[in-house]
Amino acid sequence: MTSPEPINRVNVGRRVFLGVATVGALGVAFGSDVQNFLGNVFGSGLGGLLPGGDRFRIYSITGQYPKISAKKYRLKVSGLVERPTTFTMADLQAMPVTSFSKTFQCVTGWKVPNVHWEGVQLSEILNRVGVKPGAVALTFESYDQADTESLTIAQAHLPDVIVAYRMLGAPVTTEHGGPVRLYVAPMFGYKSLKWLSAIRVSNVEVPGYWELNGYPVNGWLDGTTGPTNPDPQLT
Amino acid sequence: MTTTQTRTREFLRILRFDRVQLVTHWVNAAMFGVLMATAIPLYFGSFFGVVLPRHLIEQIHLWTGLALPLPVIISLVGPWGRRMRRDLRRVSYWTRDEIMWFKTLGTSGVAADKFNPGQKLNTLFVASAIVVLLATGSMLQWFRFFSVPLRAGATFVHDTFALVVFVVVVGHVLMAFTHRDSLRAIFTGQVSEQWAKAHAATWLEEQQSPREAGEPTAPR
Repeated sequence: MTSPEPINRVNVGRRVFLGVATVGALGVAFGSDVQNFLGNVFGSGLGGLLPGGDRFRIYSITGQYPKISAKKYRLKVSGLVERPTTFTMADLQAMPVTSFSKTFQCVTGWKVPNVHWEGVQLSEILNRVGVKPGAVALTFESYDQADTESLTIAQAHLPDVIVAYRMLGAPVTTEHGGPVRLYVAPMFGYKSLKWLSAIRVSNVEVPGYWELNGYPVNGWLDGTTGPTNPDPQLT
Repeated sequence: MTTTQTRTREFLRILRFDRVQLVTHWVNAAMFGVLMATAIPLYFGSFFGVVLPRHLIEQIHLWTGLALPLPVIISLVGPWGRRMRRDLRRVSYWTRDEIMWFKTLGTSGVAADKFNPGQKLNTLFVASAIVVLLATGSMLQWFRFFSVPLRAGATFVHDTFALVVFVVVVGHVLMAFTHRDSLRAIFTGQVSEQWAKAHAATWLEEQQSPREAGEPTAPR
């Protein structure tokens, strides 16, 4: 400012700014720890009351939420497979069930602890259709006609990579990608494609929608981006 | 015509905000409205239905947020910003009495300046919170440069500050509607001498004896 500080006055403006900025910086540095601590002590219910804590942000690329009934749902598996197959919901539910609880972690920072998932291991589906030699990767397509994803064959065989039809103890809702979505537990949320419509087995890995928008093809939760993850804790 | 002249003689109008301040206020208010309106569907996901594609809402929120400081900065820097700069000093530098007023939670007496200490504190808090929101919002947009715990912390701070600022702004608007004369001033820039005597007597004295208040003596 051009003029000197007025005589006999106190610069409250600077104090308020420094105070507010300090609170903000501490919140950025320790907000995650505080949320985890409160979640551990009081259960995840309290975390849901804090702004930004323990709640899903619903994302949709198209702005639409494709509504498909469980009855009409089909999962088409094709490409480099011995037996191209179209699975109905009943087909999927007749297969061996896998269930577990994991923290859902978005790449942008929010997370929801203890989300319960139920579905079929992707490896189980691949065993049914029989992957041909020369296959390298899978391409996933969505009923929203926009989102695509990819996994290597090895990643697809991880035990906590599933085709999920139940979430949080109920059928997967439309906004969460139901009736059937992909859930790739060891990677960030964007890898878990919603409204799964088709799986193609291919001899080349094609980057999906978010990868074309700059996200790592291999979005491991610990921040590594190699095709295989060095941390066995993740799976 | 005659009535207007009579009224002007009866109620002397005092300039409270110049045109730069009025334009800055309303541009800022409009941008704030856009930010709050786009924040709601971004925060609540599908609860509010989808009017615009989420991607578009995100872009509107991002660019409005990045541009939010511009009107205030532009109004402060140029030769047109004399009144803005003077009001910024007024809001920022407090007298001992004003600090005492704050410490006694508004029970001690204080000279009626252009803005009361509560208004000053509100201004300082919202301006500071905007800087925090800008910083954390930028972290969320360019999240790749930050670790996941920092992203989570930035989300937490951005959401919390947005909520607090939302409440403060709603309070600001409600106060405006219950103080009609003050409200008129943000449209016309002027207040009546009567109002100034009742609510900002010290400021009114300053206006009427500019030299004592440290007004520039050079020609304008």
